[in-house]
Amino acid sequence: MKPFAFARPADAAEAVATVATEPRAVFLAGGTNLVDHLKLGVARPDLVVDVRRLTSREITDTADGGLRIGAAVTNSELAADRRVRERYPVLAQALLAGATGQLRNLATTGGNPLQRTRCVYFQDVSTPCNKREPGSGCSAVGGYTRYHAILGTSAALPDPTAPETCIATHPSDMAVALAVLDAQVQVLGPAGARTIPFAELHRLPGDDPSRDTVLEHGELITAIDLPPLPAGARSAYRKVRDRASYAFALVSVAAVVADGEVRLALGGVAHKPWRASRAEEALRGGPVADDAVRHAMDVELTTAQPQPGVDGGNGFKIPLVTRTVVATVRDLTQETQA
Amino acid sequence: MRLTCTVNGSPQQVDDVWEGESLLYVLRERMGLPGSKNACEQGECGSCTVYLDGTPVCSCLVAAGQAEGREIGTVEGMATEESLHPVQQAFLDAGAVQCGFCTPGLLVATDDLVTRSLAAGAPPEDAEIREALAGNLCRCTGYEKILDAVKLAAQRMAAR
Ligand SMILES: Cc1cc2nc3c(=O)[nH]c(=O)nc-3n(C[C@H](O)[C@H](O)[C@H](O)COP(=O)(O)OP(=O)(O)OC[C@H]3O[C@@H](n4cnc5c(N)ncnc54)[C@H](O)[C@@H]3O)c2cc1C
Ligand code: SF4
Ligand code: FES
Ligand code: FES
Repeated sequence: MKPFAFARPADAAEAVATVATEPRAVFLAGGTNLVDHLKLGVARPDLVVDVRRLTSREITDTADGGLRIGAAVTNSELAADRRVRERYPVLAQALLAGATGQLRNLATTGGNPLQRTRCVYFQDVSTPCNKREPGSGCSAVGGYTRYHAILGTSAALPDPTAPETCIATHPSDMAVALAVLDAQVQVLGPAGARTIPFAELHRLPGDDPSRDTVLEHGELITAIDLPPLPAGARSAYRKVRDRASYAFALVSVAAVVADGEVRLALGGVAHKPWRASRAEEALRGGPVADDAVRHAMDVELTTAQPQPGVDGGNGFKIPLVTRTVVATVRDLTQETQA
Repeated sequence: MRLTCTVNGSPQQVDDVWEGESLLYVLRERMGLPGSKNACEQGECGSCTVYLDGTPVCSCLVAAGQAEGREIGTVEGMATEESLHPVQQAFLDAGAVQCGFCTPGLLVATDDLVTRSLAAGAPPEDAEIREALAGNLCRCTGYEKILDAVKLAAQRMAAR
């Protein structure tokens, strides 16, 4: 492992100032992603700044009837909270569908949405990867694309040598639930505090695949807020994977159904948690029978670009994500009628 | 750094620890506690599972700098002078140990699962056991004997 210095600042403001003044500094929270990447050589910082104790570890009720989750709350604690289980089942289910007990006990609210892609080439420092080493190219194009994107990519067959090419997906389950819940991210940075709508936190590769989010260097997530859902809302998370437990999503769906309104976010399909707003729009005010949902997903997926690759590529995701959405919405609406 | 923490109930101090090395490394190489095993070093296999402030974690992914001031429990802390811990005895009796590499992590994870289930009023069911131990990989047993061992441990711990 490349040597680095380690700092344990006294509070969040000092942590932000410390990282802001050192270009090659990173925050460390639960460590389940960063410590792994330090060992693999995927992350090569000069300074690691421990923030695990510096943000709140409480879940508090907010004035509008929602919840504020401190960034240090662990994924296990969040999934076990009675208010989360009762009011935001989609979030509790997404958390419990991710990783294992030993990892969820370490993983934090701030760290989980900021985990990096599981693209195998990103994690293998011997292969070109624009995200890890800007300008080196993308090894995934035409390679092992089973876990890669079908939405938000630059072209049907992107140029593997172009510096902007990246077809990676965002791996977090929790983030898909936060996207459907219209969560708000509280951030403390060198220039002060700001609030970022969760849907705008993650970005598409655009012309710089090395950046996963809109956070500036030194910006620390301090809390994530959940607005209240309408009375009677129902929500669920459904994850499809290669084995029953302990695997990343091939595709996943977070859904909220309330007063005839359907909200959908998709995982495993894009560089960011994908809010399916075109499908939501197509369903607005109409019936939510299977056919309508299938049609809405056709609309959503008109721009989908399946990636060729070994073992047939990832075109299977198009029917798979549609069927998963149909089944999830059906379960939720049938429960509502029952 | 000088690392100060509590391990299996007794206060420990170790000098010349690099904050960036893993807690697993500190336990095995600096504290003479090789019970927790080092297999994947990536959070995948669970053989390094220890208690950290009362909850099981993969110690291979905990930076030593983050262990400062905390309470750690390892497999070495389970048995007493007189007898094995009921979870250890159950693994032996059920024949759930072959090469034994996965065993220390499984013992800690099982102890946590059974303790939590019994506190909530019922021994864990099959599906629950499978899900709770999904992060502990075993290449030898095929898991059936491990399931038997967990159920046996739960039975015995409930009777205590
Ligand atoms: C074997 C394995 C299987 C897994 N399976 C799944 C799965 O199925 N689904 C899933 O969703 N996840 C899975 N994970 C990933 C796991 O959920 C993440 O590693 C974890 O949530 C990251 O949180 P952390 O607190 O440990 O972050 P860290 O590793 O501490 O940090 C992650 C990143 O976030 C940054 N960061 C951390 N906190 C903050 C903050 N407050 N503000 C700003 N930046 C911050 C760090 O600098 C770093 O870049 C798996 C991980 C492993 C090892
Ligand atoms: S898909 Fe993205 S992360 Fe994977 S190799 Fe290409 S550039 Fe790197
Ligand atoms: S050695 Fe830690 S999980 Fe495998
Ligand atoms: S007994 Fe050998 S790995 Fe489990």
